[in-house]
Amino acid sequence: MILNKDGDSAAVAGRAPLAADVLVVGGGPAGTWAAIKAAQAGADVILADKGRCGSSGATASVGTGIWYVEDEPGLREAAMASREALGGHLADRDWMARVLDETYARMDELARVQRYPFPVGPDGRQIRDDLQGPEYMRRQRTRVQRLGVRILDHSPALELLADDDGVVSGASVLDRETGQVLTIAARAVVLAAGGCAFQSKTLGCDVNTGDGALMAAEAGAELSGMEFSSAYAIAPAGTSLTKTAYYSWATFYRADGSVLEGAGSTRGRSVIARTLLTEPVYARLDRATPDVQRAMRHGQPNFFLVFDRLGINPFTDPFEITLLAEGTVRGTGGVRITGPDCSTSVPGLYAAGDTATRELICGGFTGGGSHNAAWAAASGSWAGQGAAGFAARRGLRPDQPRPLGQAGLRPAGAPGLDYREVVPEVQRAVLPYDHNYIRHPSKLGPALDALHQAWSAVRDGLTGAGEDLFRAREAAAMTAHGRWMFHAALQRTETRGMHKRLDYPRQDPAQQFRLLTGGLDEIWTRPEGGPLASAVTGGLAA
Amino acid sequence: MIEVIERSRCISCDLCVQVCPTRVFDRDDDGIPVIARPDSCQTCFQCEAYCPTDALFVAPLVAAVDSESRFRDVAQLTTTGLLGGYRRELGWGHGRALGARTAVGPEYPD
Repeated sequence: MILNKDGDSAAVAGRAPLAADVLVVGGGPAGTWAAIKAAQAGADVILADKGRCGSSGATASVGTGIWYVEDEPGLREAAMASREALGGHLADRDWMARVLDETYARMDELARVQRYPFPVGPDGRQIRDDLQGPEYMRRQRTRVQRLGVRILDHSPALELLADDDGVVSGASVLDRETGQVLTIAARAVVLAAGGCAFQSKTLGCDVNTGDGALMAAEAGAELSGMEFSSAYAIAPAGTSLTKTAYYSWATFYRADGSVLEGAGSTRGRSVIARTLLTEPVYARLDRATPDVQRAMRHGQPNFFLVFDRLGINPFTDPFEITLLAEGTVRGTGGVRITGPDCSTSVPGLYAAGDTATRELICGGFTGGGSHNAAWAAASGSWAGQGAAGFAARRGLRPDQPRPLGQAGLRPAGAPGLDYREVVPEVQRAVLPYDHNYIRHPSKLGPALDALHQAWSAVRDGLTGAGEDLFRAREAAAMTAHGRWMFHAALQRTETRGMHKRLDYPRQDPAQQFRLLTGGLDEIWTRPEGGPLASAVTGGLAA
Repeated sequence: MIEVIERSRCISCDLCVQVCPTRVFDRDDDGIPVIARPDSCQTCFQCEAYCPTDALFVAPLVAAVDSESRFRDVAQLTTTGLLGGYRRELGWGHGRALGARTAVGPEYPD
């Protein structure tokens, strides 16, 4: 039997609510770093993961670079400068410098304390700019456990709780094993629940349904950069293997064997998207030398796992590819950060990892790979410390915090809508390349209308019992996410970062600002620091 | 998608039931996991990575294969070395060197 500070018994948690100083929602890199730093600051911590802390989410299944740069001014300067233009000059030098410092320290800690087995270079020093996801995350879990953090696996968060002043005061989660809803009272909450990839089957990301953004918005938080959500990754057709970096060595082909001119894994990816609208596209990694081929196998074993099983030699055999949506997992939009401790505009609420906006270090360019990994370690650590400090200052927990969840939990009308009807509808609006990747109002507008209608139906009637309770919330979160994305995408009438508008193909110097978005039934946007730009009703049916 | 649970190899440790992020498995009455929610499988290979006896096989395709598929032929998967292949690459399992220790990828072209 587990006893928490207040003497509540977790073994009978269905009746006795759990309590902690800090609740961390999400157990990926950001959530585990948050839990580690909150616990080290003396907080009593609960970590709840929708899946299983250590094997769940965007990092656990992949290999990822990490934005780790030696502490030499010239190298740091070059690292910061390298993506500024790509990101449309929306990143912030102070944040970049902080993230580089923090990442450097956290990777050192990972090597010394978690004993992560970084490879050693010819100079005898560890090479710390790349991480194997499964190895990294299983060590993070062990570290979190050793610090006395209570981990609740298979426990998707359903909603946040707040006191009478609107201070976030915990969350309720569904224990999938028992089907019980647990209430967790906490003095501060860190949302590290990932971004949203709309269950496109991109590797490991079916659990990333934007739950963090929905819960934050329900508490009154603002979002930022939601228009930077058009990330798509290359995968062999029919697989989940999104590992775009290795296509740096690819040539792309049409079915007749002719080279697809202009196609490439970075700047030419939209050529692939446009072509895929009407015909299949093939790739072959025929630009990799034998040395590179060997290094690729060492660097990313799970890339070859899939090819070996398919019986394809990717260096000699052309194979059909697809593009899978990665939304705000590799896009940079998310909950707006308002302080250096990753606080949000809502007291008691902290955001980290892909749940938070990554514009501060990436601008409007993808955070995919190294930047997101660095951001997760840095923002998670800061959010954990910030939440622990807030909890210590706050004093008593409120007795009866009120639940904030709406869509998918508490329908405004007669319940009757099933999540299985909602999810495909949202995917039909969000996933097509000519809706989200290559953006034009003629497609964005109707898609946004469809999402508004879906939202009305969700608000009116979506709910679920037992297991379906969290599935209903996922569907509501994805619907909301799509609306924020496309609303913001229509408001930014230019091309900047990953946001590509066919009708505005150039960057507009007058729009060099971050765009804030928020609202549930009514969505609004405004330039950061500027007046409200527009509000659009979500067409609430009730 | 998860295609194989080889009963003769399974030691009923329940690790796959626990590590699966999307709760694809339940345990049946004799302790062997069953694929209870195949539609929830996201083809992330975590169950395979954690299985200590290489009793699981995840096919590389996100859609289910038919019963005659080579991805369900345990004998062939064993002979070809595909069964347990991910674990071998990670260096997980007794007496193996961790793959992360030598995971140095290529320099990317400009």
